[in-house]
Amino acid sequence: MNRSAIDLWVGIFVAVGFGAILFMALKVGNLLTLDRAAGYRIEANFDNIGGLKLRAPVKAAGVVIGRVEAVRLNPKTYEALVTLRVDNQYAFSKDTIASINTSGLLGEVYVALDAGGDPVMLKDGERITKTQSAVVIEKLISQFLFDKAAEGGGGNKK
Amino acid sequence: MSSDALAGVTHFLRRLGGAVTGSISRLGFASRFMLAIVWHSPQALRRFQLTIREVYFAGVLSLVIILMSGLFVGMVLSLQGYETLKRYGADEQLGILVALSLVRELGPVMAGLLFASRAGSAITAEIGLMKTTEQLAAMEMMAVDPLARVIAPRFWGGVISMPLLAALFSAFGIFGGYLVGVRLIGIDDGAFWGQMKAGVDVWPDVTNGIIKSLVFGVAVSLIAVFEGYDAKPTAEGVSTATTRTVVISSLVILALDFVMTVFMFRGGGQ
Repeated sequence: MNRSAIDLWVGIFVAVGFGAILFMALKVGNLLTLDRAAGYRIEANFDNIGGLKLRAPVKAAGVVIGRVEAVRLNPKTYEALVTLRVDNQYAFSKDTIASINTSGLLGEVYVALDAGGDPVMLKDGERITKTQSAVVIEKLISQFLFDKAAEGGGGNKK
Repeated sequence: MSSDALAGVTHFLRRLGGAVTGSISRLGFASRFMLAIVWHSPQALRRFQLTIREVYFAGVLSLVIILMSGLFVGMVLSLQGYETLKRYGADEQLGILVALSLVRELGPVMAGLLFASRAGSAITAEIGLMKTTEQLAAMEMMAVDPLARVIAPRFWGGVISMPLLAALFSAFGIFGGYLVGVRLIGIDDGAFWGQMKAGVDVWPDVTNGIIKSLVFGVAVSLIAVFEGYDAKPTAEGVSTATTRTVVISSLVILALDFVMTVFMFRGGGQ
């Protein structure tokens, strides 16, 4: 092997290797889409966030438009304070409703934003006032059972 | 009788102590060797052509085994993952499974193991044989420092090659997973790549994989050159050193991988 052939092969190797890293960053990872630095913050209070995790998607009409950036507990009200980072190209009105949903029965938990009709848009750092908490299945079942029991106990009320 | 037993016990203790101090002093020798390599590196890197040669031998010539292994590992991962995910109706998530396991773990670890057995053993054998045939001593006689001329370029060649090989392993593995998952099994193309993109983060997933492979590169290259330099100058000594390189590198890779995974992926992103 003479020197220029080795140089050529090493050059190809290094170029292809960096190509693989680039492939992982762009095609496999999400370097370009939804960059964390781009976008503005919205906050929302929830009574219960269920299984919501950091970096969970924020969706509007099913389209991913942002990520959950932080989840904290408000020590005074005992509500969960969720910070969302939403892509700059989407603006939401002040009366937007934020709800915590699950895609499918076992799917991932995400925050859904339903835009309202207010002409004033949410700005960076502002808070969504209308929220809907996560559905906790145990609570749902117990509520259903209590309702059933109440119906049975009430006898011939209806 | 009792003095015999006492002698037996002291003999055993002496051997135990000898083994412990021996391994500790080898560890100390290896650390000083590492410092000496770093110290001689500027001198070696000034003649970068030497390092490029070693990148060729350690990296380019390992490409075939790395790429083929990556392809097959990705394909198997895809098949097995699909069988398991199908039970939960989550077969659309196959892309995440394949990509995360490759990028975080399998890419760096498998590439490291293959690199240790393909390139590390060759480096050890080469340096060991140079020592046995007194080429290293001859260099010193000619006032050429073997650390700068022989050891440091091989070390840096390995350190440069390893992350690139690991990245190629992961990339080919994901491609293999795509071939089986999308082309063979028939998962939706968009779901495969889309879920992958949504689930894999450049930071921490891809970056941590690259950091891991870099650490493995340093560890394997250091072990390879050290074992070669430290080999007994006999045919048997070189063969023992080559075996030790593969065994110790593999164990070190797996142990380091565990330690780094504990620090990198606990909590946080979940």
